[in-house]
Amino acid sequence: MTKLLEWLFGVSLVGALWALVTFDLLDLSLPQTYREVAWPMPLYLLVSFGCYSLATVGYRVATFNDCEEAAIELQEQIKEAKEDLRKKGLKM
Amino acid sequence: MASRKTSYPNRDGGDKYSVLLPTYNERENLPLIVWLLVKYFGESGYNYEIIVIDDGSPDGTLEVAEQLQKIYGEDKILLRPRAKKLGLGTAYIHGMKHATGNFIIIMDADLSHHPKFIPEFIEKQKEGDYDLVSGTRYRGNGGVYGWDLRRKLIRFHFLFFPLSPSLINSRGANFLTQVLLRPGASDLTGSFRLYKKKVLESLVERCVSKGYVFQMEMIVRARQLNYTVGEVPISFVDRVYGESKLGGNEIVSFVKGLLTLFATT
Repeated sequence: MTKLLEWLFGVSLVGALWALVTFDLLDLSLPQTYREVAWPMPLYLLVSFGCYSLATVGYRVATFNDCEEAAIELQEQIKEAKEDLRKKGLKM
Repeated sequence: MASRKTSYPNRDGGDKYSVLLPTYNERENLPLIVWLLVKYFGESGYNYEIIVIDDGSPDGTLEVAEQLQKIYGEDKILLRPRAKKLGLGTAYIHGMKHATGNFIIIMDADLSHHPKFIPEFIEKQKEGDYDLVSGTRYRGNGGVYGWDLRRKLIRFHFLFFPLSPSLINSRGANFLTQVLLRPGASDLTGSFRLYKKKVLESLVERCVSKGYVFQMEMIVRARQLNYTVGEVPISFVDRVYGESKLGGNEIVSFVKGLLTLFATT
């Protein structure tokens, strides 16, 4: 199954459940409160997913390592390499 | 019986690592990356070879490579140039044809990938007999040097700043891809990886994308084919010399590639 199909499957499953409760398709005579909670649920889910995404990306950006030591180490090694290569007869 | 030994080329210490270095206008960087590779392979004692695949660079990268071959020996530095600039995927196929190692390491020749991590890749591979080991900027001590805050983000970037290729490598793009594809690896667009030769051969055969998406497709397809993936945190130092070669169209092809993978894997 491709990722697209997985997603479509997941979305339609949730959609079906939502319709079932919101419009009481099976005549289960669910309490009114269930329906009231259910109908704006997709929007809530979307908004909370958006918040989760923003928070995750924000957190990861904030904690992203700035590898300054790596850059300094590299610069030193470049100097060393150039000197050594010149000794070995490399013409740049 | 000693002569029988050679029929087990891959027994314990017998592993050989072929480093593929596709180059285009890397005259300044190539000697440095080769020097570092020789240094770290020498220190760790693993058997290796470096295969330089130059795509007809006008800046004379090939001449520099020839000098390096004289310095370090023809068994260590192999030159497999091509007449003109062709895709990255075909560069790997081309390089692999001539590789004598049972493992292949692919990395950028622009010094953003440091050879000091290669012994860690090798140890990691041995630890779990992984089919591929991928360097990751997004885990453990991994990270990036030379990106400002803007380059680390994507969502806001999309809205407020002109698009630039670096954002494809960003946190936002990576998150988006993670959500859509759930590939089971933390760094999808990185290209510092170690593969079992057979695994790379079968992956390259299947991968059709170009540019950044190629790296992503490789790891996504690896998961699809149930190959095992190990990860090693790496620091990524953005290009020291020379311009990044990626154009603005990269973002369009990234999105296209992402959607293609989404629909086909």
